Amino acid sequence: MPSLLLKGGRLVDASTGLDRIADLLIIDGRIAEVAADGEGAGTSLKAPEGAEIIDVSGMIVAPGLIDMHTHLREPGREDKETVATAAEAAIRGGFTTIVAMPNTAPVADRGAVISLVRSQGVKAGLARVEAAGAITKGLGGDELAEYSELVAAGAIALTDDGHGVARSDIMRRALEYARMINLPLMLHEEDPQLSRGGQMHEGPVSVKLGLVGIPSAAEAAMVARDIELSELTGTPIHIQHVSAAETVARVREAKLRGIKVTAEVTPHHLSLTDSCLAGDLGFQPFDTNLKVNPPLRGESDRQALLEGLKDGTIDVIATDHAPHAAHEKEDDFISAPCGALGLQTALGIVLGKVVAPGFLSLEEALAKMTSAPARILGLDRGSLAQGAPADIMVFDPQSTWQVTSEVIASKSKNSPFIGWELPGVVRYVFIEGTAVLREGEIFPR
Amino acid sequence: MPLSFRNLLSVEDITTEDIEMIMDTAASFAEVGSRPIKKVPALRGKTVATLFFEASTRTRVSFELAAKRLSADTVSVAAVSSSVSKGETIRDTAQTLEAMGVDAIVLRHPAPGSALRLSRFSGSVIINGGDGAHQHPTQALLDLFALRQKIGRLAGRKILVVGDVAFSRVARSTISLFSREGAEVVAVGPPTLLPVELGQLGCRIAYSLDDEIGDCDVIYLLRMQFERQTAALVPSLAEYCRHYSLTAARLAKAKPEVIVMHPGPMNRGIEISEEVANLPASSAVLDQVNAGVSVRMALLYLMLGGRDAIAAS
Repeated sequence: MPSLLLKGGRLVDASTGLDRIADLLIIDGRIAEVAADGEGAGTSLKAPEGAEIIDVSGMIVAPGLIDMHTHLREPGREDKETVATAAEAAIRGGFTTIVAMPNTAPVADRGAVISLVRSQGVKAGLARVEAAGAITKGLGGDELAEYSELVAAGAIALTDDGHGVARSDIMRRALEYARMINLPLMLHEEDPQLSRGGQMHEGPVSVKLGLVGIPSAAEAAMVARDIELSELTGTPIHIQHVSAAETVARVREAKLRGIKVTAEVTPHHLSLTDSCLAGDLGFQPFDTNLKVNPPLRGESDRQALLEGLKDGTIDVIATDHAPHAAHEKEDDFISAPCGALGLQTALGIVLGKVVAPGFLSLEEALAKMTSAPARILGLDRGSLAQGAPADIMVFDPQSTWQVTSEVIASKSKNSPFIGWELPGVVRYVFIEGTAVLREGEIFPR
Repeated sequence: MPLSFRNLLSVEDITTEDIEMIMDTAASFAEVGSRPIKKVPALRGKTVATLFFEASTRTRVSFELAAKRLSADTVSVAAVSSSVSKGETIRDTAQTLEAMGVDAIVLRHPAPGSALRLSRFSGSVIINGGDGAHQHPTQALLDLFALRQKIGRLAGRKILVVGDVAFSRVARSTISLFSREGAEVVAVGPPTLLPVELGQLGCRIAYSLDDEIGDCDVIYLLRMQFERQTAALVPSLAEYCRHYSLTAARLAKAKPEVIVMHPGPMNRGIEISEEVANLPASSAVLDQVNAGVSVRMALLYLMLGGRDAIAAS
């Protein structure tokens, strides 16, 4: 692997507390040296023999983003997305690692499916593809999945995402068993009895539109249950896609009590609300790209999510990238499946709706998408520390780009942000020091 | 175009001026229904399609009659659709109809927002005949017409809307229209069927029919469905009836001149007792049906730009 020198960029890395303009030297796929503090704007590094030198002045150089929550749809629904197309969308969004959710067909409750997803990722040669296994067989919620097999095949976490584990006894046993296999448990919190028939957040907008709603309690009540079970079993839990103010409150209280709970939030929950379904923010009423699970909730929920990010209650921003075929999303509102794309728009939404308004600094926001997910998943990534693997993304914070279906690399086009102008153009992405994205062109490894 | 809207999707599309124009036009067309030959050539050569994804007799027949009395051609498409086994999508059917030169489509579909969706795929004039629990604007208009015939303007009148409000498109449309017309609207029913946010439509919420009935001018009953019991929204229909059924005893507490309305079909013995259903006070229900044809004739005429409206055929 040739060496690589990134010159003059603003290096931002929460794991090392780095935020300054400096050069970054990569040797043999690892971070070799960051220019030491010197006079003026930073010291230059001398490039070794044969190194590629890229001038990244004016740009932000950060660890590649890590998405803890991505739906790759392969195996089973390769019409909507494949590991390869998701891996490309990821790179274009600045993500160097994505974690595949197990609600595929067949479900990733056996080692063979985990192996398939991981090997398809290697074949695609773009973003690193990790795979989460299921908590229960078939995601049915009644029997524990073959955990040792999943571990042996390389599963990085366990989740029944798409479904809440309704049976409390199953959740308890899964948490107990997890102590032995040591995989993080990522929990989709949805009480199916409370959410049944629901199409959107239960609130004034659902009452106005005549749609059955999903109350915040459907999420918060199950979160409360799982916090108790985490305390009972001593096993840490990670709450996926937090959407409700009540959930943020429960997680905050639990952390204060010393419970080992972490939480993630999606960019769409940070930027959109249920009133968009009634036509706010220029959306067409009943736009099915706004139909997501958990649903977009009220403005006070959105503010609570931003507060939760700010005070550390919410540790991670994860996309819940959920591709769906055009014909499915074009159908009527009730029939349309839940889900929105997120890989390519995440950075832009976070920059525009979280950093620009001042809820988080750039360093804090990037930490939520790099060092924090890496820590929860136990990955030696998401850092620009010396010796760390050189998974790096470089973006221009001054430029903007427009979200159009042509620009979307996913097979599906169900992004709620189509037509939006987003800040932050990803210019380069490196994985282990090898460029996989250069100025819009991809280069599989 | 005389009306402010091209497609009628919701009562919110309708301005006060529109309402008066529709009411006046409907009054003219009401006269047509009393002639021996109930026909005017106003929409001759136009085609009106009813595209119903949910069973309906009342609304569909009412629209078809309205179109035929205006001399339009009618086409009826009954498509079966459920969330499990999807029938032909709205888009495909709409584009087929448009290709055949249909001028107006009246759509009824179980999903809210379907009429809006249709209007984006189709160049025909779209009338929402009921989209899930969202809106049923022509029902509200015909109810307004029927009421005005009986008691004139609604300002200051007290109107109770009783029953399964949460799941009712009729309730959403009538509550907002009646309250815009200046009526004091009270939604009455059990808490499970009356979400607290209902007030944004312009009504007060009350759980006791007996407490509200004494001084009201209109009792608008909604159909109570058995599905509400299985979904644990009420303990049983019997329990519902105990509190909300309009029996003779309950009706006796109301003003003698109170008007009883129902969008139909009625569940006799549930929201309305057999006895009350046969009383003169309840004859407004048939007036609603009559009003339906006149108001729908008015809408089709105004929306499709008909000429020679009242000239005898």
